[in-house]
Amino acid sequence: MLSANLSAVFYLISGVLFILALRGLSSPETSRQGNFFGILGMIIAVTVTFLSIGNFSTGLIVVLIFLLIGGLIGAFIAYKIPMTAMPELVAGFHSLVGLAAVFVAIAAFLNPEAFNLGSPGNIKLGSLIEMSIGAAVGAITFSGSIIAFLKLQGIMSGSPITFKGQHPLNALILISIIIITYLLCSTQSSNLFWILLAISFLIGFLLIIPIGGADMPVVISMLNSYSGWAAAGIGFTLENTALIITGALVGSSGAILSYIMCKGMNRSFFNVILGGFGATEQSASAQNKEQKPVKSGNADDAAFLMKNASSVIIVPGYGMAVAQAQHALREMVDTLKKNDIKVSYAIHPVAGRMPGHMNVLLAEANVPYDEVFELEEINNDFANADVAFVIGANDVTNPVAKTDPQSPIYGMPVLDVEKCKSVLFVKRSLSPGYAGIDNDLFYKENTLMLFADAKKMTEDITKNL
Amino acid sequence: MEIDPFIFRLSIFILSIFIGYYVVWSVTPSLHTPLMSVTNAISSVIIVGAIIAGLAGNSDTIFNTSSIFGFLAISLAAINIFGGFLVTQRMLAMYKKKKKDK
Repeated sequence: MLSANLSAVFYLISGVLFILALRGLSSPETSRQGNFFGILGMIIAVTVTFLSIGNFSTGLIVVLIFLLIGGLIGAFIAYKIPMTAMPELVAGFHSLVGLAAVFVAIAAFLNPEAFNLGSPGNIKLGSLIEMSIGAAVGAITFSGSIIAFLKLQGIMSGSPITFKGQHPLNALILISIIIITYLLCSTQSSNLFWILLAISFLIGFLLIIPIGGADMPVVISMLNSYSGWAAAGIGFTLENTALIITGALVGSSGAILSYIMCKGMNRSFFNVILGGFGATEQSASAQNKEQKPVKSGNADDAAFLMKNASSVIIVPGYGMAVAQAQHALREMVDTLKKNDIKVSYAIHPVAGRMPGHMNVLLAEANVPYDEVFELEEINNDFANADVAFVIGANDVTNPVAKTDPQSPIYGMPVLDVEKCKSVLFVKRSLSPGYAGIDNDLFYKENTLMLFADAKKMTEDITKNL
Repeated sequence: MEIDPFIFRLSIFILSIFIGYYVVWSVTPSLHTPLMSVTNAISSVIIVGAIIAGLAGNSDTIFNTSSIFGFLAISLAAINIFGGFLVTQRMLAMYKKKKKDK
């Protein structure tokens, strides 16, 4: 059996290894080593926990069986999941962290002796507060992530669900969570504990339903952050350094990602959380722009334009993920490169449904990461490029964000696609994007619309090159 | 007067938030998806709490309510640990540099 001090030192080591795991992600070369540090940290934490309890009764076998079941399921999912489904997977994983936090809090509440927290009905006040926070945040993470998962998976409609009195209701529930936590701590009543869990589940659900599909990058990052705070709350309860460090890391990581995503859309965090983006403006702008002339072309025209170009910039968006067009796209680019055409990729921060979504898809299609650029790195290059190939992106290319202060997306950083000599825009129809506004780019002189499925069009272009 | 151990834990917590802040800002945007999946995996270190709960009973009371919640939490966290690290590994293996000989 390990002494408490020695195991605390090991937990600290695994906390440090987790820091190194995140540090490794600063560049793709060091990232694999970082992931290894993370795995090592986890092995240390789990091993130390077993050794410090030192209870090798039949319970151990049950624990190992459950560990094995979970591990096999996890490994199976990790190998089977297609890269396009990463946002759903991450949302699903967040819900599991949340639920695990809730279960640990319940276990600690029912059997505080095992955790050295006092006896049932007489739990140390500090521990009870920490436990309640961990359980409430965990429950919010769980139900919120389930909604996010259903929306991403398409089981639930991606459009915002709003109703009258939504915000006052949410505020009321949040206040009652605080009151119940207070009462719980003064009375130690187990009924209050269950009520606290129930309304926390409810508020997680209510907080996410009004948020629309394309705001999912913010939601996923936010839930990532919540799962961290839930872990930290439980870490305080268990007096476990590894858990406290990890919770803080994950919490701030999610918060930073939410901030980056909000900035990418030029919206405040509260604006996203309160939901219903574009719902009011939609009807007004959709009507009066239908008659404008649009130039449309076919794969032949697109191939001709690209063959005569010396540099091409590709702008991928969520539509590329939906059409699974990333492999076809890379084949097209390979053909272009054989003709000595310079090709690079421009990624908007909120392209796709989660931070870095496009980068993973391009990496899957064997696109070298040094050909892929972020908005700030590449935006000046559009003016010198011959062709911009927009595939599955829409709002992030809309010049209205720079010119029309009335527009709901005014001020959002956009890719300066219109500065290219010519723009090829692959899209299935002229329908507006997520923000519900028309894209001025469709009607520009130098834009050629390619109305087709992204994958099919890309394949056709390759044939014509 | 002695300092409450809570204060020490709080110090660790606050300092870790700052470490997290600086470390995460240095993560390259193209690796934000692996960042999310690896944070998922490491936050499942909550499994230590689940193991404590699961092992708390003696041989007569392996399955009491508390330990059952512990067992369930072990499985949930294990899905995340294995799933999270392996999928991160899978993603990171795909990030390749341009071949020079092209």
